[in-house]
Amino acid sequence: MSSMQEFFAMGGYAFYVWTSYGLTLIVLLANIIIPVTQRKRFLRSLALKQNRQ
Amino acid sequence: MPWLVSAFVLITVAGLYGGLVLAPTDYQQGDSYRIIYIHVPSAWMSLFIYVVMAVAGAIGLVWHIKLAEIVAISSASVGASFTFIALVTGSLWGKPMWGTWWVWDARLTSELILLFLYLGVIGLYGAIDDKRTASRAVAILALVGVVNIPIIHYSVIWWNTLHQGPTVTKMDKPSIHVSMLIPLLLMALSFKFFYVIAMLQRARVELLQRERNAQWVKNLISGSK
Repeated sequence: MSSMQEFFAMGGYAFYVWTSYGLTLIVLLANIIIPVTQRKRFLRSLALKQNRQ
Repeated sequence: MPWLVSAFVLITVAGLYGGLVLAPTDYQQGDSYRIIYIHVPSAWMSLFIYVVMAVAGAIGLVWHIKLAEIVAISSASVGASFTFIALVTGSLWGKPMWGTWWVWDARLTSELILLFLYLGVIGLYGAIDDKRTASRAVAILALVGVVNIPIIHYSVIWWNTLHQGPTVTKMDKPSIHVSMLIPLLLMALSFKFFYVIAMLQRARVELLQRERNAQWVKNLISGSK
């Protein structure tokens, strides 16, 4: 358990290390989620248009 | 695609485990140096993706290949993201080690200019409605900006200010221990895989929007109903 705590403490640099990793995770996730939702939304809008015709 | 994603996950887990758990604590920097495992690969990717974008742009410009145009613009947002990550993690590493979030050091400044180049490419592409014209404009901007790439790379040698010199790509022998180097290279590979995955996701949207009137898009939609 103490080794787990040690791991998360990062020798006192927890804030800098985990902020870096957390921010990276958020930015990279956004790079996948944004295009996927955009594609779905675009396909839905095209389908709506096609139904109206 | 599933193959790409599983390779990415495997390499990333191995890289993170090696970097955060197995690699020893640095004798000077303590555990703060572990930021290296995202900072350096992101910085490498920011340059690599820029070159890919400029080359794809040039191919689109010369041979009017649509796919090259799509690769170029789809790379821009991923490249901008990696540049942003490199800058922010550098800042978060600089604060405890250098005592400052930011200095107008040559490496930092040229990397910031790279971010503006990426944002310029994205903005210019969005501002022009005809996407073929937009691609040409963006390719020219990207090609002009290539001059910044060697400046970033050699900035730590030409202007010896605050940012440290290269440790990995030194010709003789990298001045980093192998237990720290292997996770670093794994993370670099992981980010390359991520780039391909994210760029392809972006490219799918781009292709659909450009080809909205094509028969295959219509078939795709009526097929999914």
